Amino acid sequence: MIALAVLTLVILSALLAPFYAHDIAHTNPFTSNLNGTTLVGGHQVPILQPNTQGLGLGVTPIGPTWDLHHYFLGADNQGRDVFARLLYGGRNSLFIGSTSALLCCAVAAVLGMLAGYFGGVIDWVLSRIFDIVWAFPVYLLAISLSVVLLTSGLNLGPLHIGPGSLWLPIFIIAAVYVPYVARPIRGLTMSLREREFIQAAISSGASDWRILTREVLPNTMPSVIVFFPLMVAFNMLTESALSFLSIGVQPPAASWGTIINDGLGLLYTRPWVALAPGVMIVITAVSLNILGDGARDAFDPKAKLRGSV
Amino acid sequence: MRLRSRWLGAACAAALAVSGVALGQIGAQAASSGTGPALTYQPSHAGGTLKLLASSAAGTLDPQVNYTLQYWQLYQATYDGLVSFRKTSGESSFDVVPDLAVALPKVTNGGKTYTFVLRKGIKFSNGKTVTVKDVQASFQRLFKVANPNAGSWYAGIVGASACLSKPATCTLSGGVTVNPSTNTIVVNLVKPDAEFLDQLAVPFGSILPASTPGHDMGTTPIPGTGAYMFKSDNPNTKLVMVRNPYFKVWSAAAQPQGYPNEIDQLFSNTVESEVTMVENGQANWMFDPIPSDRLAQLSDKYASQLHVNTLTSTWYITMNVNIPPFNNLKARQAVNYAFDKNSAVKLYGGTKLATPTCQILPPGFPGYVPYCAYQSGHGSTYVGPDLAKAKALVAASGTKGMSVGVVAQTDTVDLALGQYLQSVLNSIGYKATLKPLSPNIQFTYIQNTKNKVQIAETQWYQDYPAASDFIDILLSCSQFHPGSDNSINIAGFCNKSVDAQMARAETLMLTNPTQGNALWAQIDKTIMTKYAPWVPEFNPKLIDFLSKGTGDYQFSKQFYMLVDQLWVK
Repeated sequence: MIALAVLTLVILSALLAPFYAHDIAHTNPFTSNLNGTTLVGGHQVPILQPNTQGLGLGVTPIGPTWDLHHYFLGADNQGRDVFARLLYGGRNSLFIGSTSALLCCAVAAVLGMLAGYFGGVIDWVLSRIFDIVWAFPVYLLAISLSVVLLTSGLNLGPLHIGPGSLWLPIFIIAAVYVPYVARPIRGLTMSLREREFIQAAISSGASDWRILTREVLPNTMPSVIVFFPLMVAFNMLTESALSFLSIGVQPPAASWGTIINDGLGLLYTRPWVALAPGVMIVITAVSLNILGDGARDAFDPKAKLRGSV
Repeated sequence: MRLRSRWLGAACAAALAVSGVALGQIGAQAASSGTGPALTYQPSHAGGTLKLLASSAAGTLDPQVNYTLQYWQLYQATYDGLVSFRKTSGESSFDVVPDLAVALPKVTNGGKTYTFVLRKGIKFSNGKTVTVKDVQASFQRLFKVANPNAGSWYAGIVGASACLSKPATCTLSGGVTVNPSTNTIVVNLVKPDAEFLDQLAVPFGSILPASTPGHDMGTTPIPGTGAYMFKSDNPNTKLVMVRNPYFKVWSAAAQPQGYPNEIDQLFSNTVESEVTMVENGQANWMFDPIPSDRLAQLSDKYASQLHVNTLTSTWYITMNVNIPPFNNLKARQAVNYAFDKNSAVKLYGGTKLATPTCQILPPGFPGYVPYCAYQSGHGSTYVGPDLAKAKALVAASGTKGMSVGVVAQTDTVDLALGQYLQSVLNSIGYKATLKPLSPNIQFTYIQNTKNKVQIAETQWYQDYPAASDFIDILLSCSQFHPGSDNSINIAGFCNKSVDAQMARAETLMLTNPTQGNALWAQIDKTIMTKYAPWVPEFNPKLIDFLSKGTGDYQFSKQFYMLVDQLWVK
């Protein structure tokens, strides 16, 4: 319950990002504000502060003011409000994580069921494709795809995804994780196919489509549902990694990964720029994992029992 | 040259194509007889090991191939050419002085023939005496190893065209002839070249043993004549230089005696750890730029150990004048008006580290006369942007709403500048996207017209002090090669009238450098005010951070800190 509450809070805060930026902080987190000022302790101070000590080298963005109206978590090196970007970043990170997980689970479920149910050539071909994708370390494959598609976008027949589109990381992340979900679904389908109720359906002349949708799908669905929150966590982490490497969400849009990247050059002076999104990633990933465990326990109480023995 | 941190100028492989000029008073503006200020050696400070830090090795150790500042700084103490830049600090470090040659060459045949006399008794670090045959072989080797500038700087040597087409059998027949009995070397050019001596004074002009194989020697050290020699090179750990046992000072201006007994460059450090190591005295100096978040701390606590020097460099935005929207002059002028150079300076590290500029040539460079065409204020000093004028120009250009791709490098400062440019473009009515690319590929990517780059962040550092090294190289028709990765005129700016002016300026440089530089200044202004293919951003400064106790810092304007002149005891 705590995990669900925390996750709900994270989602809500992300959804409220525009409200915070426009109505509370009165800031545009996507525009550089290098010459701007803000109010701290009743005084207007520059957002980017030139060093006046020693040789006077360096310019440092303002740090956390802990005032929700004025740069609560300070500014990044473009003079943008870090807290507003954090909330907007959460929207993108969660959107990409959940959408790619949904896409991944849907495609994986279909392919896994087809391979497991039909077997033979179909199973062989699909399994080899899974093997090939699986053979690559997931981050290596995701980075390679992102680098290739970053400047040109994705063109697959009528499907066109532009270089800066959020759908590009969604597609890439979903694609690299498909075998990780499809494999167990295939195994489950193979065992289901030997069960009496499926054999009975086959004997009674039911079509493959009917058996797959009416008999197999309902029995594989709980596993897919258990996978989903775990995949959201995995995919969100992958998105953060890609964005951290500048090959995920593209600026000026934000995700937690891009904000960590922005904060990398400020670690010594303004560690909150990188720490804050890092903390959000940890909180969200832990919540999703606990939620995934909870879903597994709910759908398969025996697993919990086995785990406790 | 380009990029302090890594590549100096792979781009220069594009033809330099210095226009035909008559060389009557060779090197009048830069060359010197070697009687200027030289460093005074203080033997009491000799000894010890100098430890330099770099995040990574800089590629091949071959001085006729490597084109990085990281190693060019080390080559100053390990190799010599017939001539070299004076090893000193200040303006005179731009002077070309005789090095392995007894004196600056005698120039005849209307500026097309250079006659050098080789010093006698100088030995390579392998103990063999330097002969004119070694000099001849070194010229030939430039083509055999595919020197990055063989097709440009050295293509004007008679016989070079045959060498370029068949490098393995290069003889430079008729181009470089030697006479062992008189110890003379005669170099014949196809046409006069005002900058030929400058081009011989950089490490590419190093004289190497004639027995050196005609291929890139990679990490195998090649014997040289400098005060030091490379002992070993392991790109994963360190590069070691020790004293050349055969070295004796023949010209302190060209090759002074060094102080440390050994110079090590240690690799595989993160930049943050480099700062900490120098702070703690575990190393003497770091090559890489100091991370921006450490600047304030170092500035406060280690002011006496920081050395800030102005560089002859320009950071700029290049706009492709051949494709929309920047094939429209008003669109280019709009970006010039909108981009706040003061903001760019902040992103680089503040006013103590960079100065806004409105022009192509950097301050202190031959031909530099300050002006500022696009700004809110008047006069030659930049005040600020004029957004209203920028927006009006975008509207008048009919390009409002167009998509624009900004290509920048992924390193912290360049990426920040790219993000700022994207924000500026969006604010004046474009739909800008940012394409961050690795520094390894961005520079060649933005040169190739096939990539249809509309606007990009880049920078240029001088190879040697001549206005043509900026204006001719970066903005002449001969440097625009559509479809090639070596098209250093990234803007694709080609104007026959401006080209003719450049040719006239180069001619004037041989006979009347003052008038020649005045014409270069005029060309600089004409290009920016009438055509605006760039948005000049700022002229940067360089910070050298030395550990406590490291002394005798000397900054050459040509090759930056003179590594071997540092004291470690």
